[in-house]
Amino acid sequence: MNLKRVYGVYLRQMYVIKNIPSRVVPYMLWAVLDIVLWGFITRYLNEVGGASFSFVPALLGAVLFWDFLQRVQQGLTIPFLEDVWSHNLLNIFASPLKIGEYILGFIATSIVTSAFGLAVMVILAYALFGLSIFSLGVALLPFILVLFLFGLTLGIVGAAIVMRLGPYAEWFIWPIPAVLGPFVGVFYPVSILPQWMQYVSTVLPPSGVFEAMRHIIAGGAFDASALSWSIALSLVYLALAFALFAFTYRVVVRKGLIARFSAEGE
Amino acid sequence: MPVLEVRNLRKEYRHTVGVADVSFEVSRGEIVGLLGPNGAGKTTTISMVLSVLEPSSGTILINGIDVSKERSRALETTNFAAVYAQLPGNLTVRQNLRVFGLMYGVRDVKKRIDELLKAYDLEKFANTRCGLLSSGEQTRVSLAKAMLNSPRLLLLDEPTASLDPSTARIIRERIHAFAHPVDGGSAQAGVLWTSHNMHEVEAVCDRVLFLSHGKILLQGDPRKLPAEHRKANLEELFITIAREPLSLELE
Repeated sequence: MNLKRVYGVYLRQMYVIKNIPSRVVPYMLWAVLDIVLWGFITRYLNEVGGASFSFVPALLGAVLFWDFLQRVQQGLTIPFLEDVWSHNLLNIFASPLKIGEYILGFIATSIVTSAFGLAVMVILAYALFGLSIFSLGVALLPFILVLFLFGLTLGIVGAAIVMRLGPYAEWFIWPIPAVLGPFVGVFYPVSILPQWMQYVSTVLPPSGVFEAMRHIIAGGAFDASALSWSIALSLVYLALAFALFAFTYRVVVRKGLIARFSAEGE
Repeated sequence: MPVLEVRNLRKEYRHTVGVADVSFEVSRGEIVGLLGPNGAGKTTTISMVLSVLEPSSGTILINGIDVSKERSRALETTNFAAVYAQLPGNLTVRQNLRVFGLMYGVRDVKKRIDELLKAYDLEKFANTRCGLLSSGEQTRVSLAKAMLNSPRLLLLDEPTASLDPSTARIIRERIHAFAHPVDGGSAQAGVLWTSHNMHEVEAVCDRVLFLSHGKILLQGDPRKLPAEHRKANLEELFITIAREPLSLELE
């Protein structure tokens, strides 16, 4: 592992953001819109619900965490797509850069961009709707960890899909969180789902986060062991995603697709 | 030890053979021209040397390192420029060179970038985004990137294709000097060069390999080969190979 090369991958994306400020938009705009929209929805629900139950932490908190996961995914996939869009894959893969270093550079990028998106959402949720995610206490750390790891997994899988199928396949990867959303119980307890969906839910790490969050908001104590399954599952999925990317790279090199995709570009 | 040894290199696709058991070497201080008509297998060969395309069989050694076993270490001493591999247009010249300088593990990358900006007459474009440069200027940036790590093996796929004659001559002289140091230093680098410009090949290359349908049909000194095959010049020989490769195979 050569950290200089990892830094090169990271620096490339930071330069893009510096040169083209509009590249910040995907990391922030949708999160801001979601916070504002769901903030007003929860405020309305609180009014009609007669304040017997506060929807702000349950719904707005869930939106914030779910958006964070998507920002992590984007933080990893967009730098890869930058190389696809700018016909740079040939230059990258003909350099001494190793696959692990390439992915690690993206992870470093994602840490910065998703932290930025999270900070914007946290400030906005507190300033406009009085939601402080810090009220979740120590549970916040494993929540963020699980969502970050699973977001990275989705990002790496997305990059592998584009690498295998070509630049036009990017439209397959953005809906992935929306497809998983109903199964992980972002806005409702998993127990209301049909049985088969509950089975799917048990193998999706974010389910544990949203279940635990609702439990704490309802006055329950944080049970670290309940989240250990989600953390372990997230690590397994991340390792599998990396293996998928490495395998896809080998297939792409065997088929000679790198030069072809470099020529196709956007 | 040659900087590049290619042994029985073969690339098969489902219904076609792109490269058919090709073997050749590039030594230090040597510029080898890889010539042939479109589809002859030149770019396929270069792609396999750069390990962006996996051979079906055969061996590639760069400075004695097997590319299939130690890809990263082999590529540390290699670099390339190709007309189809421009650097990202949304980064400035200096930013691109810094990113690739890091990827190639260049020491004192800032100093090296300053040297290359001067050598390739790019100082005034240092902070210009590559996408705003003319194709000739972009080619010079690609060449500067190819020189970042002072490679032992330099692969050039039609490097002067988009350059005006004056700039092309300067680039040719620079690459010739890179492979044949005039300051008394011993040659460290070898160059594999593809071009469709036969005058350029004659002027620059020490040896040429003619590829046709994935096979090496001829090789030798580009200044002697035409006469050996009763052709007026290299261009005529090229055209014969492109149109009637069998006539040469039967000689």
